[in-house]
Parts: sequence; structure tokens; C-alpha cells
Amino acid sequence: MQKLNREQIAARVAQDIPDGAYVNLGIGLPTMVANTISDEREIILHTENGLLGMGPAPAKGAEDWDLINAGKQAVTALPGASYFHHADSFSMMRGGHLDICVLGAFQVSHMGDLANWHTGAADAIPAVGGAMDLAIGAKRTWVMMEHVTKEGHHKLVKTCTYPLTGKACVSRIYTDLAVIDVTPRGFEAIELIAGLDFDELVRLTGAPILDARQKIAA
Amino acid sequence: MVNKIAESTAAAIADIKDGATILVGGFGTAGLPFALVDALIDHGARDLVIVSNNAGNGDTGLAALLKAKRVRKIICSFPRQTDSWVFDGLYRAGEIELEVVPQGNLAERMRAAGAGIGAFYCPTGYGTLLAGDRETRSINGRDYVLEFPIHGDFALIKALKGDRWGNLVYRKTARNFGPVMAMAAKVAIAQVDEVVELGALDPESVVTPGIFIQRVVAVGMQAAKVA
Repeated sequence: MQKLNREQIAARVAQDIPDGAYVNLGIGLPTMVANTISDEREIILHTENGLLGMGPAPAKGAEDWDLINAGKQAVTALPGASYFHHADSFSMMRGGHLDICVLGAFQVSHMGDLANWHTGAADAIPAVGGAMDLAIGAKRTWVMMEHVTKEGHHKLVKTCTYPLTGKACVSRIYTDLAVIDVTPRGFEAIELIAGLDFDELVRLTGAPILDARQKIAA
Repeated sequence: MVNKIAESTAAAIADIKDGATILVGGFGTAGLPFALVDALIDHGARDLVIVSNNAGNGDTGLAALLKAKRVRKIICSFPRQTDSWVFDGLYRAGEIELEVVPQGNLAERMRAAGAGIGAFYCPTGYGTLLAGDRETRSINGRDYVLEFPIHGDFALIKALKGDRWGNLVYRKTARNFGPVMAMAAKVAIAQVDEVVELGALDPESVVTPGIFIQRVVAVGMQAAKVA
């Protein structure tokens, strides 16, 4: 069994984004999804600081620091792009206009609760940015993350122990081991990487998980 | 004759008093009105409440205002960044009060202030620490938190061009909080790269209509700094 690396998880997410979708890619791991979308596909990227039609990073030396993404990195604007202020930008999210939002996570519960903004550590300075707005705003909120932590702790759990970002907001999770839907029945695995036993996935998942691969194939 | 053009940044911010609530535009350094913030530091007002997306980057702009110990409280969405060492130090030393607000709520609470809304039910943050003990309500099966407007005594924002009526256009993602902050403050002050003749801005393209702006000051081209 060969776990997916981060690029491969990103490519797997990209495969499920339909042409024409309005998509917000969260800071960190999800930004890698943009690099795996082939040029012939048209997907409109939103960045919450006020741009639709976000393009790739500019060449070194050609940065315009009035043109940045949510991670404050220099980006470009594609033909057809538009700029807008923050109240409009967050209306696009909160108002359900964005099709898909892809976020990283510390933990996701089998009810779809998301924890990704704060470790809750006593000395941590809380900083939320647009995480809570993104979590609950898009038509579909997807998470991409490693299936377990570096220390081997569960990240798919019954109840999040980290402070919540949003309740019952995640609909699908892409990990280095599987693609998992969050349903009224809890976690349902719809795809496993080659060579992974379902029993092993169950062991690495901190809440009940159903094998729904046949349902998809059917 | 209506003339909102101030002759200097110092003149534009001269009536800011100790204890004022000031909305400061910018997302990181994009759209941050550095010239107005520098003037505010020279002016000396203290015990300020600052509302801004971040809590200062590096040692300039808002970070310099914080470092000068002029700020009692900051209301923002994302204080902690790789270059927020000035804020981090003050916060850990207990020398500044922090209220963290989800970014969209920050924008909408200011929009509400500008739009005359008394309060609004918002789904963001429901069931999280940031909802605090505010009133909640289920509407058509969805849960909401009651959010209140954020009014400013002043707004300091940055735009690309302005005219003497206060009409503004912005530049790229530096627009960010400018238009909502302009609406939400009693006195909105815009630094612009360039003041243009009345009529030079295409009315179809004006982003902030002059009614929301009280003062405009030209500061010349000020490129955003590396974030």
C-alpha cells in the first residue's frame, strides 16, 4: 500500500471539481489543488479578500502586492476576473453562491463538524480569518487532510476535541487513504487507495465508518 | 463648493480624539493606509480601539501604532501572522485587548452599521467559541447567531483615485474593507494616490460614492509592501 502524497490528494480533489464551478481553496494544503487543474478546464477560483478569476502566481519579480490571495501571496487575475469588497465577497460564501470550498482540518466528526482554526492551547493567539465563513457558506464543503496525525492520532472522530470552526458543515473528506462522504449515517468510504484493507481503514478512523464502495459502483 | 480634499494627512486626521474607535482598511499590507496611520502616530491620540482585519505586519503601519502603545483594544479576524511580532508581544504581556471576529462577520457588521441595520442573524460561527453567549435563533431549520453592527468614529482607508466630492475607485484586491468601512464611520478619511478633477471618474465605475466619504488626501503612489 502506497499512501497518497499531498500532490496526489490535491489531484484527486481536482478530479471531482466540475467544469464551470466557483471554488474557494483554503489556505495551506488546499491551494495545491489549483496546480493540478489542467489548463483546458475552466474553474473559477474565488479568494475571499476580493477576487473571482484568480490565476496562478506571477513570475518572480512581477509581483503586484495589491493583487494577493487570502494567504497574502502574490497572484494574478485571469481575463474575466472581477474585484469586489469584503461584504460582497463574504456574501458570495455565506449566501451559498460558491459551489465548493476545500479546507484543511485538524479534525472532522462523523456529524460533519469541522475543527481547523484553533488548537485551544492556552498560549495560542486565536486567529480565525475567513475559516468559519468558508466552512458554513459554500454549497459543498470538502476537507483534504492526512487520515491520521503524524503521531498516529485519529483526525476523523466521533466528537472534535479542538474548538469547532463550524457544525455539520463538511460533506466530503479526501485523505491520503480514502475518499469519505459524511452522510446522515455518518462516515461512508466511497474509495480506498489500492492495497488498503477496509479493516485497516476502520482501525485508522476514530468513528464508525461504512463501506459504501459498492453503492457507488452500482 | 463641496471640497473634501484635505491639504495634508495631518490635517485630515487632526480631530481624532483619545478613546476613538477607528476602522483601518487593509488586508495585510494591501489597502493599508500607511500615510494616514503614520499621521495618526505623529498626532498622538491614544487609548484607541482599532478595527482592522489584521493586527499589524512587520514594524510599520498598524504595527508601529501598536508599538507606540496607542491602542487599547483591537477587533480583528486574524491577528496572528508570521510577522505580527509587535502584536504578539503586547498580547502576551497583557497590554492589549483582543476581540476575534470571523472575517465575514467583521465585514457584515460594518456594512450593517453603514446600512442602518440594528442587528442581524448570521449563520457564521454558530456553535463555536466565537458565538459567545449571544442570542441564537433557528430560522427555517438553520441556526443563526445575533450579530451587532460595528460603528466607527473614524475610518482610515486607501484608494487609488478620488475627487473633491469624495468619489473613490480602488486598485485590485487593495479594495478589501475600504467600501464597508467608509459606510460605517462618522468620518471616513481616504488617502488616495491621486486626486482627480470632478467628472474624471466614470460614474459607472465609481466604487464608493462620495456621500460615504468626508475627507480625501492625496499622498502620491504608495505601492503595497511585501506581505
